[in-house]
Amino acid sequence: MMLSLAILALLSVAAPWVCRYAGPARGVVLAAFPLGIGAWFASKIPSVADGGGIVETFAWLPELGLELTFRLDGLGLLFALLVTLIGAGVLLYAGTYMQGHHQIGRFFAYLIGFMTSMLGLVLADNLILLFIFWELTSITSYLLIGFNHDKKESRSGALQALMVTGLGGLAMLAGLVVLAFAAGDLAGVAGGVWNMSELPEGLSGHAHYPWIVALVLAGCLTKSAQFPFYFWLPSAMAAPSLVSAYLHSSTMVKAGVYLIARLHPNLATGTAEGLWEGLLIGFGAATMFVGAYLATRQTLYKRLLAYSTVSSLGVMVMLIGMGHPDAAAAYILAHAMFKGCLFLVAGIVDHEAGEKDVAEIGRLFRAMPATGMAALLAGISMAGVPLAPLAGFVAKEKMIKAGLDAGPLTALLTALIIAAGSFTVFIAIMTGFKPFFGKAQREPKKHAHEAPWPMLAAPVILAVLGIVYALVPALFATPVVTAAGEAIKGGPFEAALRLDAFYYYEISLALGLSLLATLIGVGIYFGRGLWVKATSPFAKLDGVVGPARMYDYAMLGLTKGSWAQTRVLQNGSLQVYIKMTLVAILGMFAWAIWRTGALPSVGTNFERTGLLEWVLIISIAVSAIVATRLGSRLATVAVLGVIGYAVAVVFALYGGPDAAMTQFAVETLIVVIFVLVVYHLPRFAVYSGLAVRMMDLLLAATFGGVMACLVLAAGSQELFAPISAYFNEAAMPETPDGQSAYGRNLVNIILVDFRSVDTLGELVVLGIAAIGVYTLMKLRDDHEGTPVAEREGDEDEREGGNA
Amino acid sequence: MSLLLAAIIGMLFASALYMMMRRSFVKLTIGLILIGHSANLLIFTCAATRRDGSMERLPPGLIEEGQTRIEGEFADPLPFALILTAIVIAFAITAFTLVLVKRAYQEVGTDDLDNMRTTDR
Repeated sequence: MMLSLAILALLSVAAPWVCRYAGPARGVVLAAFPLGIGAWFASKIPSVADGGGIVETFAWLPELGLELTFRLDGLGLLFALLVTLIGAGVLLYAGTYMQGHHQIGRFFAYLIGFMTSMLGLVLADNLILLFIFWELTSITSYLLIGFNHDKKESRSGALQALMVTGLGGLAMLAGLVVLAFAAGDLAGVAGGVWNMSELPEGLSGHAHYPWIVALVLAGCLTKSAQFPFYFWLPSAMAAPSLVSAYLHSSTMVKAGVYLIARLHPNLATGTAEGLWEGLLIGFGAATMFVGAYLATRQTLYKRLLAYSTVSSLGVMVMLIGMGHPDAAAAYILAHAMFKGCLFLVAGIVDHEAGEKDVAEIGRLFRAMPATGMAALLAGISMAGVPLAPLAGFVAKEKMIKAGLDAGPLTALLTALIIAAGSFTVFIAIMTGFKPFFGKAQREPKKHAHEAPWPMLAAPVILAVLGIVYALVPALFATPVVTAAGEAIKGGPFEAALRLDAFYYYEISLALGLSLLATLIGVGIYFGRGLWVKATSPFAKLDGVVGPARMYDYAMLGLTKGSWAQTRVLQNGSLQVYIKMTLVAILGMFAWAIWRTGALPSVGTNFERTGLLEWVLIISIAVSAIVATRLGSRLATVAVLGVIGYAVAVVFALYGGPDAAMTQFAVETLIVVIFVLVVYHLPRFAVYSGLAVRMMDLLLAATFGGVMACLVLAAGSQELFAPISAYFNEAAMPETPDGQSAYGRNLVNIILVDFRSVDTLGELVVLGIAAIGVYTLMKLRDDHEGTPVAEREGDEDEREGGNA
Repeated sequence: MSLLLAAIIGMLFASALYMMMRRSFVKLTIGLILIGHSANLLIFTCAATRRDGSMERLPPGLIEEGQTRIEGEFADPLPFALILTAIVIAFAITAFTLVLVKRAYQEVGTDDLDNMRTTDR
């Protein structure tokens, strides 16, 4: 398994070169790899169906409990097959579809990168590993939706998908962490249980259970485009058709369904009233209905399919919540076939006939018979036409039977299923029948012709597999669906699954309801003008308060809020930055005093102060005030020098000769430098008005007062013993060969020994400042083309020559 | 002494910040130098003040020739080591700022910070 991931990851990197050198054969070459991997997974069907999973572990960061654990069970196998085999078909299709695009290599790198992430997602057993792959699919999906990045709708669609699924993913990460620790509580493991296969029983009794459910579902429901988060999926249709077919119908959008199914045995409460089941049924049923209803108002081929995919995802979530894992698994497999096929057909119609709007086109069957046949089969399967032996029919019968068996919710859920089923029949006619056999409003834009074989292969095979599914289920459908269903259920089924279509050919309520839904759907098709008119008030309402509008409002608010916030806090004015900082610090002081209820204590023993100290203090105080008032630059420099020397004397008096000497030296240097450049500097100018200056003075004085209090308070606290005793001990060796710093000056040995990294940092700062000074002096003048310093140098030389 | 030093530190901070809030770039530089002094004095005073608020002139942390440690009280060397580092860094910043002011004035022709904001927008 890890090998297959590694192969795909390498293939993703190598894809641009393959595209360059393989030419038109690129699709075949690239598709061979996932096909081979898919064949390997397919060869594992018998053993996995018998309950034999495969586990591979690689210790990645054992100290942090991070293990790369991959596990193949029935559920993982179902999705792995979808990812690799449909992926192979899509790559083959893409080789022709994307021909001539100038960034085709990049496209394949993204697509195979997505394939790798998705395969990793469904095989990962470790929660963190799962999350990493989960986010990787979001990122690759972003890149693929925005692939035609010169179009605005591509960019906004990509961003919308990333925002919605990304935010959900963050919530999910929190949920997974809580889950792991809650599981650790129950299992008695200190660091949490991180492998999903080791999650203990009884999580629904844990105190954090509601949080786990809410957070994990936030991730799953956004990823799987459930109501009210569905709006990103139709926007994602800006991607090339094959991306929609692969990511946004067959695989990525099912990641949420996958995780729900994966955690179902651990998080389910066992009753339909439980939190987990209730949320799944509620969101799933709402999504199923709303998605199907919204689809009926679309006329663009891909948007019809997108909304109907939203509906199908709702069905999957609902079926899991209702406790029918067999029906859910059967539906997932059937849906991947008919919807993947129809998306690819939509791509062919766009590519070969130049048409996107199904309301306009018709009678394309003569020009593209193979495509038309595939679309018709997929459409019949999607509609679940009664007695048509196709995958969709079987899945639909199981779904209606589930609805009829829902306890107190039977009436409501059955009604919703039949309503959504009717809409789905209508969508199926619009997408599988109308473009090829229906009435054309006009001639297609391009001269329509049949697609080349690489583009036909995948849709035709998917359509045919839909028949094989229902007629010879033992070939692949039954073992795969059984294994997946049992993994979702968390135990073996009592009775063998029946996926053969003829089993459902009996006079029953379910079949009758299915027939009813079909008739309603056909009715809507013939009266579709009336239908659109009748539903337009709801559409207007959706345009004002619908989820997509809410997202727009939220994004607009975010942008405007950021702008406003930036204008206030980051307006580019240094004065404002300083004031903000000071006010914030003062606020924190005030808060601390309010919280503790008292000012920090101050010592009481203020001993008499000698004359020398008084002189120093007064000279610093006077200079500090004078420095702010003087108008002369040179005088200010002199006053600054006074302060510097006075501070140095204070250090010298109180046992710090080293600091004092440094201060003397540096102060002298600063004064010298200042005097050197002072006549190159502008004169002091007063720019601010009196009111501003007074406000600044008040703020500065308040802050100064607070600092003075802080010094007094801090000086009289001793939170822990000074470390100086240790320096004293460690400075010189007790015995001639003892370990020590070998220095007599404690300040020196601190600088060069105990805290030498500090000194290194200081030297780096000094070096950077020196480079900065040199650069500023030597910087070239762009207007003149000659360095300023050189020009000045010339003048100096001339002056020197004159002297 | 610590009471006086605290007052001085407060005054130095106030005048430094007042200068830093000026629109004139040169005054900002003066403010930077002043705030360096304030911070150094702050470190020193906090470390040298005893718990009762008193402050004493102590001998520096120097070990006499022939001995392996200092007997009796001595001034805490750690704050002085920190101050020493801080002085040098403040010097580097001051030197850089001075050259920056000079250069900016040369190029822009003004030292009013409100007229120099175009690069920050």
